Amino acid sequence: MKPFARLRMVLGRIGQALPALFGVIVVTFILTRALPGDPAVYFAGPAADEASIQQIREALGLDRPLYEQFVYYLGDLASGDLGVSISTGQPVLEELARRLPASLELTLGALLLSLAVAIPMGVLAATNPGRPIDHICRVIATAGVSLPTFFTGIALVFVFYYLLGWSPAPIGRLDFAYLSPPPITGFYTVDALLDGDPETAVAAAGQLLLPMITLALFTLAPIARMTRGAMLQALGSDFIRTAKAAGLSQRVILIRYAFRNAMLPVITTLGMVFSFTLGANVLVEKVFAWPGIGSFAVDALVVSDYAAVQGFVLTMAMLFVLLNLLIDITYTLIDPRIEAND
Amino acid sequence: MDRRTFLKGTGATALASGMLPMLKVLPASAAPSGVAVVAISQTINSLDIHRKGTNRPSYQIAVNCYDRLVSFGTKTMPDGSLSYDYSVIEPDLAESWEATDSSITFKIRDNAVFSDGSPVTAGDVKWSLDRAVSLGGFPAVQMKAGSLEKPEQFVAVDDKTFRIDLIRKSKLTIPDLAVPVPMIINSKVAKANATADDPWATEYLHRNTAGSGAYTIARWDPGQQIVYQQNEKWTSGPLPGVKRVVVREVPSQATSRALVERGDVHLAFGIPDKDAQELAAKGDVTVVGTPIENCVYCVGLNLNFDPFKDKKVRQAVAYAIPYEEIFKAAAFGQGVPMWGGASAKPADVSWPQPFPYSTDIDRAKDLMAESAFKGGFKTEFSINLSLASWMEPTALLIQESLAKIGIETTVDKIPGANWRTAALVEKRLPLHLENFGGWLNYPDYYFFWAYVKGHLFNSSNYDNPEVAKLVDETLHMQTDDPDYAPKVKRLIEIAFDDVPRIPLWQPNLNAAMAKNLEGYEYWFHRQLDATKFSVG
Repeated sequence: MKPFARLRMVLGRIGQALPALFGVIVVTFILTRALPGDPAVYFAGPAADEASIQQIREALGLDRPLYEQFVYYLGDLASGDLGVSISTGQPVLEELARRLPASLELTLGALLLSLAVAIPMGVLAATNPGRPIDHICRVIATAGVSLPTFFTGIALVFVFYYLLGWSPAPIGRLDFAYLSPPPITGFYTVDALLDGDPETAVAAAGQLLLPMITLALFTLAPIARMTRGAMLQALGSDFIRTAKAAGLSQRVILIRYAFRNAMLPVITTLGMVFSFTLGANVLVEKVFAWPGIGSFAVDALVVSDYAAVQGFVLTMAMLFVLLNLLIDITYTLIDPRIEAND
Repeated sequence: MDRRTFLKGTGATALASGMLPMLKVLPASAAPSGVAVVAISQTINSLDIHRKGTNRPSYQIAVNCYDRLVSFGTKTMPDGSLSYDYSVIEPDLAESWEATDSSITFKIRDNAVFSDGSPVTAGDVKWSLDRAVSLGGFPAVQMKAGSLEKPEQFVAVDDKTFRIDLIRKSKLTIPDLAVPVPMIINSKVAKANATADDPWATEYLHRNTAGSGAYTIARWDPGQQIVYQQNEKWTSGPLPGVKRVVVREVPSQATSRALVERGDVHLAFGIPDKDAQELAAKGDVTVVGTPIENCVYCVGLNLNFDPFKDKKVRQAVAYAIPYEEIFKAAAFGQGVPMWGGASAKPADVSWPQPFPYSTDIDRAKDLMAESAFKGGFKTEFSINLSLASWMEPTALLIQESLAKIGIETTVDKIPGANWRTAALVEKRLPLHLENFGGWLNYPDYYFFWAYVKGHLFNSSNYDNPEVAKLVDETLHMQTDDPDYAPKVKRLIEIAFDDVPRIPLWQPNLNAAMAKNLEGYEYWFHRQLDATKFSVG
């Protein structure tokens, strides 16, 4: 694909995403308002009287008609203002900017770990179908996906922190004794290294380890299963038989021909697993006191904190769009056929 | 700047200049003495108790970073732990006060200074109390309870003399000045940061403190932690034994428990009854469970619902409840039982006190047979999902027991965000659980909120003219008035007999702490008071 064509594809994709994003804005706005519960009442506190509830309702702009609220919301969005989260008392944009990197660092770390284990596992299982190693892989994958993450998390904390004392205290991204590194990427491990502070980087990595393993165990299954399936299919196809007949070495067949072809569905799965994990690791965040985006969203939802919920959904939607774009581009890099069809 | 200085408390100058020094220190178990680490389960969402939407955990900022005109005393509980003492009002920023029938005049202590070194003046006091009654919301409601309603009541006579003009003479006024809300703010700093749109500097005080309290805020990472730094200029008490207190937000109770057991935090605050019971049995950490004053977990019977209009039915329910089992299963034995009282007439004015009911299914069946609902009836039993840890087991045990006397119930779980509207505003739940507790520790104050028609926590729609009259007479009356005790006893006697609310138990506020942490104190506001902390 020529660079120009690729740029056109990227711009085209972003253009296509705009109506979808607008749809997301409208739907989230309506859905949050349709939720039962009155945020003004909730945030006035249990002892508040009618007058103080009304004051809060006015302060939140909830006394205005819905369409007016929506127009205000669009205006604020256009100027990059996502509003203030009443449950945390902070501007939503600030919250997201602080929490998204925390979630991304955890999720990306977990996925890398998961990939490092799941892909060899899937390949091994596919090259030895029906043998003991295949069964072992299946058991590990099934166990990983069947154990709820909060359980795995608490079990890991119990063993590695409480009993053995190997892991640092599970109290968030850094032990209270360290100060967070100056934010550059928002990833504590990376920022600390950029800041030339290996000690803090190691501490941050230590905090990351257990929650990362917890999430990796959970994401292992879909990736391993998909790798195994795709590899089996690739290994059974004609071009592999030809390659074998041509006397190519087992390694070349496996890696250059079978594996490269098997990667496409794996990457699709990866995109899905990533976006799912990013928002859905609330329980892991709670167990490890991780200040991530999932627990922020759920806590906001429980108390009908409109601005926070809307901001979260919008961010996730944009992230999905970007992610899908990224996956599409990766396809063209991996699969020569896509270029030909374009 | 050495990274190690941050938690050692010597980095104060760097902090003041706005440059946070980096640091690198060992975990709490090996933390330099002078630092206490606390785990709380909720998030702090503001540094300003007067702001709209400020949640309960944030009230601790008002406690630790601000002073008030007066404060409560401290007493030692039977188990050796500390509790605030409701019966003693002590000077705080005011060194003395004189009350007449129409006003109270406070003399502000000469040496009282804010953390920036400027003196506390009557002008600061006036500005702060004006703010507390003017911003609306919960602070205004709380101030009103002490008959403190309008700015015109507050007069700065001179720099060190402050007067409150009374709307009515009430025993609640002085205690209400000792709750977290009427904190004294440095008005010079606040005004310098106020704008035309925001004359009360709510934006500034949301993120900064400007008080005279035991601590200042060294760091606030929303959603993660608050770091208190000792205020060396504090004049309202002996300086805390620690230089810093790190309050870390740890949402998972299991994690919190592991942290305190491993010694990585000094105090796990507000732990569940189950953990309190188990940790106390293990004995590695000190567990303090203090019964929450003026608070009862109870079953509410809504009198808008026909069967519960019948006193016999209400009493039948009170006899059918399996108190003992509930106390074991839902409270894990933590708290004070509120059943099995000796007599139908209260011996004294203490509140809460055990009601004269205990589990007696035969008696309950007889009462049902005498009522207009011999054949039993069906109803919903509503619980608040946010409080499911005690409400759910309680509801299930009661459901089972009520079935024995012909009352069929289905458990209706209501999400926390909707609970207040359903239970307290619309008051539409026929049978439900309720957990009101009053900050001001008087029985008449409890009755005012929970037994008077139309008042918020009267989720039972109970309406009794005699109760309303007695509450009206006693609410502002001094407790040493000869009429006070007989009238309050009468109130309690009516509550015993009429049972629109059936008390189950008085809950505990639990905390687990390392053996070397001293100075933990229980307060009615149920938030962390770190002003007396020291780490041995």
